[in-house]
Amino acid sequence: MIPAPFDYVRPASLDEACQVLGEAASSGDDVKVLAGGQSLLPLLRLRLAYPSALVDLGRLPELRGVEDRGDHVFIGALTTHDEVLRSGVVRERIPLVALATATVADPAVRHRGTFGGSMAHADPAGDLPAVALALDCVFVVRSGEGEREIPAAEFFVDYLESALEPGEVLIGVKVPALGPGWGFHYEKFHRTAQAWAIVGVAAAVRRSNGTIEEARIGLTNMGSTPVRARAVEAAIRGVSIAAAGSNGAHDPVRDACAGADEGTSPPSDLHAQPDYRRHLARVLTHRAIGVAGR
Amino acid sequence: MSEQLDAGLIAEQIAESDQLSRPSGAHEVGKARRRKEDARLVTGRTTWTDNIQLPGMLYVAFLRSPMAHARITRVDTSAARTRPGVVAVYSGQDFADEQGSLPCAWPVTEDIVIPDHPPMAVEEVRYVGEAVACVVATDRYKAADALEAIEVDYEPLDAVIDMTEALAEGSPKVHETGNKAFTWKFAGGDIDAAFRDAPVVIDRTYVQQRLIPTAMEPRAVVATTDGETFTLYSSTQIPHVLRVMLALTTGIPEHKLRVIAPDVGGGFGSKLQVTAEEVLGLLITRRLGKPVKWTESRTEGNLTVHHGRDQLQRISIAAGRDGLIRGVRVDLLADMGAYLMLVTPGIPILGAFMYNGIYKMDAYDFTCTGVFTTKMPTDAYRGAGRPEATFAIERAMDELAHELGLDPIELRRRNWITHEEFPYTTICGLTYDSGNYEAATDRALALLGYDKLRAEQADRRDRRDPVQLGIGVSTFTEMCGLAPSRVLGSLSYGAGGWEHSSVRMLPTGKVEVVTGTSPHGQGHETAWSQIVADALGVPFDDVSVLHGDTSISHKGMDTYGSRSLVVGGIAVLQACEKVKDKARELAAHMLEASADDIEFAAGTFKVRGTDSGKTIQELALATFAAHDLPDRFEPGLDADATFDPDNFSFPHGTHLCAIEVDTETGATKIRSYVAVDDVGSVVNPLIVEGQVHGGIAQGIAQALFEEAVYDSEGNMLTTTMADYLIPSASDLPDFTTDRTETPATSNPLGVKGVGEAGTIASTPAIVNAIVDALRPYGVHDVRMPCTPERVWRTVIAAGETAWVGPGLAGNTGGTAEGNTAWVGPGLAGDTTDRGEPGTAGDRTDWVGPTAAEGTEAEGGDR
Amino acid sequence: MPRITVTVDGITYQEDVEPRLLLVHLLRDRLGKTGTPIGCDTGNCGACTVMLDGMSVKSCSVLAVQADGNDVVTIEGLAHGNEWHPMQKAFHEEHALQCGYCTPGMIMAAIDLLRDDPDPSEETVREGLEGNLCRCTGYCNIVRAVRRGAREMSQRSMPEQAEQTEREVRTP
Repeated sequence: MIPAPFDYVRPASLDEACQVLGEAASSGDDVKVLAGGQSLLPLLRLRLAYPSALVDLGRLPELRGVEDRGDHVFIGALTTHDEVLRSGVVRERIPLVALATATVADPAVRHRGTFGGSMAHADPAGDLPAVALALDCVFVVRSGEGEREIPAAEFFVDYLESALEPGEVLIGVKVPALGPGWGFHYEKFHRTAQAWAIVGVAAAVRRSNGTIEEARIGLTNMGSTPVRARAVEAAIRGVSIAAAGSNGAHDPVRDACAGADEGTSPPSDLHAQPDYRRHLARVLTHRAIGVAGR
Repeated sequence: MSEQLDAGLIAEQIAESDQLSRPSGAHEVGKARRRKEDARLVTGRTTWTDNIQLPGMLYVAFLRSPMAHARITRVDTSAARTRPGVVAVYSGQDFADEQGSLPCAWPVTEDIVIPDHPPMAVEEVRYVGEAVACVVATDRYKAADALEAIEVDYEPLDAVIDMTEALAEGSPKVHETGNKAFTWKFAGGDIDAAFRDAPVVIDRTYVQQRLIPTAMEPRAVVATTDGETFTLYSSTQIPHVLRVMLALTTGIPEHKLRVIAPDVGGGFGSKLQVTAEEVLGLLITRRLGKPVKWTESRTEGNLTVHHGRDQLQRISIAAGRDGLIRGVRVDLLADMGAYLMLVTPGIPILGAFMYNGIYKMDAYDFTCTGVFTTKMPTDAYRGAGRPEATFAIERAMDELAHELGLDPIELRRRNWITHEEFPYTTICGLTYDSGNYEAATDRALALLGYDKLRAEQADRRDRRDPVQLGIGVSTFTEMCGLAPSRVLGSLSYGAGGWEHSSVRMLPTGKVEVVTGTSPHGQGHETAWSQIVADALGVPFDDVSVLHGDTSISHKGMDTYGSRSLVVGGIAVLQACEKVKDKARELAAHMLEASADDIEFAAGTFKVRGTDSGKTIQELALATFAAHDLPDRFEPGLDADATFDPDNFSFPHGTHLCAIEVDTETGATKIRSYVAVDDVGSVVNPLIVEGQVHGGIAQGIAQALFEEAVYDSEGNMLTTTMADYLIPSASDLPDFTTDRTETPATSNPLGVKGVGEAGTIASTPAIVNAIVDALRPYGVHDVRMPCTPERVWRTVIAAGETAWVGPGLAGNTGGTAEGNTAWVGPGLAGDTTDRGEPGTAGDRTDWVGPTAAEGTEAEGGDR
Repeated sequence: MPRITVTVDGITYQEDVEPRLLLVHLLRDRLGKTGTPIGCDTGNCGACTVMLDGMSVKSCSVLAVQADGNDVVTIEGLAHGNEWHPMQKAFHEEHALQCGYCTPGMIMAAIDLLRDDPDPSEETVREGLEGNLCRCTGYCNIVRAVRRGAREMSQRSMPEQAEQTEREVRTP
């Protein structure tokens, strides 16, 4: 299928991009930012979106790259999934991002699709938003007015809706680098390799002396936004990790995961009804913690 | 050489130029020849229909109904006409007088209802995606844009989605005549006697979900005219049938219509059709006098390429306690969709003869009712009726085995036709010419490591492992080589089942083979070359195979139903025999011997007992010069043959698989898959293996991944590849394949056909394995596709009374290792409502490991 | 209408394009590169996979304007004269294609996955091809072909064949 016509702007600088987007915002034009285009182009081809113009940020090198900043890693919004996966900094400092990114789509899509684009698209079925939420990432956005930071907990507003205001550009994401003692896992459950996650669980677990000191759990596709499994995080503190996935009659980790679906409102679609998603959230959270806490 | 030939100057030049080919004694049939087709395909020098560009070409885009059922009250094309680049805009009304009705060539009963099927809807739409208008523009982008300016008003009518409801009193009607298209019955033996007092009766209902064939190449049509003659390029499997049907539909005289199937990117039955777009393409080019092209988008294709399967199957088996089958009764509802297309009604009927499978029985009774719904019509999809039949009987055989506590293999052994019993006339009246089910099954069991897997299964059951292991069995046959024309006639099919070929000997000794089959991935160019190379003793590389253009190959029945080799290949062989007969006569003349004394070997005709001979190439050249031919000998060795088979062919095989089922999530994982097929003699083992691989993948896809889903209003929910899940390489395992070879006795090559075998066999093997894994839960069925959610719900529904893990029973089940699920009563209650019919209802209790033990005991005497 | 410059299979083109023109339509309809087919609307099937600056992309999910200044290699640019690329040969040898519609994209994806792993396991190949759908082969022979192609490519990378290697590294 074929997209409807649109105008095309390729700003030469971030300032110009902000200016173009600012002008569009004030005139009320439906302008969309084009990053890698791997979600946007299929939508345009299916004529599910009719933007008046695309603002292509693809040629702004300042939005691209991974930088180790000590307590966090800064990932430029236009860094492709492939570049994220190839980054030693990502693998060593924020491995959960690497684990989840490796499950995004397929290699060709990862060559074009971007880290920031996936976030700004705010698809709750996407793999990276749950990671951002679990790690308490901070989104750095810029407009003509200047820069501001949005915590992950406030960034994902609704289905395909982020906290980005018209005229704002996501320029990068600060991903907190959790210290030693943390383990990570992204558990993705899907029907075929290409299919969206029915449910995904991003888990970061800090262990000490065989006990889970702290866990951060983000859930994919369990609501209109990614969801934090706070009930599990609270219940799992101090639980012996040795029990996770154990064969004994009583598994306290499993008990702690029983609340994984608390506060979620999972969608109903072709591949799963809400009650099944709730069940999967519990099972997969248990599995994710088991691997992350290993 | 030249002086012997006594030929003319050109012939002498050919002979001296070293261009004249030499004969070949190589045995080509049976060789794993790499394909001739590949060169253009791996380098991108292809001619897909959408690649074709003609001067002045215009592009067509169709506006399609968003309503499943509605009356069209207004179509306003005026705004669209003013859009840039738009040449014409048409609604159904514009074609009403000339578009005719899309044909149905298979009126299976005398009282069948065949509704009028206008290529473009005029008054009423009956499925989402039906064409209601079109734009013709100077490029595809402009055509797509202008579609949005067409206004159509609809008056909604009730959608008809469910077949059972469609047949109920008071249902809204798809057509004024009602929702029943036909009821077709078939019987053999005394079915009442078979079921009367039968010690065991298995009665099951299976859902054959609706599938979208999804050939990788979307359909495309290019139509052009010089004012008098018309040429239609189409991504079709059936250029010959299409030409006849289009001539009848459009009124374009057959001799003024040329149909070309260029490179065609897969079909699987979906391109065995006469489509609205082909008819309309011709009508538009007739009106505008310009070449036009239409290329389908995948979304359009999911809506409007005919669908496959969609049957509700009730099957009952009556058997003795010894497992011997007394009778099989089948009652089928087949979803026709909104209209009857080319062979729509015949698809379930093709299956009618296969529900008895490879088994002996005393009685058989089959009823099929075709039902109209407001959905895309169904029609042929790989296997066409036979996968459905095989699924039902193979699933039901597993149920019978379970009921009797028999190993499923043992039950099959007790019932199948043994190799000494061939030829065997089945209860359906088909004569299976040859086969050896024992040999294929034994080989498959050995390759799978059946006994070891059964032991592992028992162990997992004992441990109540949350990951259970299932072993799936499918022993099948199919009727292939469609088909003896007389049989087709008796089934009311509108055409014959013969195939045509011509073999042309060119002056330089090269060979052109014209075939009426129409390959679209099957490798006929290679396989036919192998057959001809052996038959004529010419080198493989000296043979070219021409096909897919009615001006070159004027006669044919095309490619479907695993018929190409079994019927078309034999036609090629017979044409070669005629060439040799002519060549023999000429050789006798030139060698001054009697034709009876001429023997042929490795491309050379020799006088028996002498070294004196003529190569077939020399003879071909001699007919080019034609200076010294026998009296009344027509210059040339070319010959035509048309072959009409006496019988179907019956490939068979045993497919086994082992599947792990994660009972916590419902996820399934194929651990190993073994296929031993017997397709008779083999022309090219590489191609055979490829066909089996692909067939298995498609059958697995039905079992696990694919379903075309409509909502209650008739909107399709699976319009893209993001929703309709086609497995990728990472979703499938490697397959272990092997063959046994029992030559067909019904044709001189001994071949049986292989295009559909894998698809027919694999679907029940997979579902049998999943059900086998879940037997301890009292599970008797999982509806296809066996999605994780369905598997999980089945386990949960059964779990209420069967295996109960600690999570379910308040942590009291201390002995169980695995906790199957995390369900509170609330959830389980929820589940029951959605439980699959037939699974939740009749479960009883934990039934393993009794069954498994019985299995081993019974299986032990192999 | 933006004017773009793009190199396709070694030839540089300057084209005025509508912003919405898909790269695959530029290739097929404007430049005659019909070796690259289209199989879907959603970037799922991978039939249209080409190399963009040395990396596989689905050309139906890239705008022509996004390829401005870039280098595109299609299936038509792989062979060196009549000498096929080792991966093309391997697909032929292993009977890794039937209808051949997915083949151009499959071959491009296969070559791409070898950038990271010149001797991939079966599992690596299957994962690397997850974005390319085939409906004919069941993938078994494709997996075999990719591994065969990989072996042949690494044999060719021997120092004494440095010249050829250079070409392979650059074009695919």
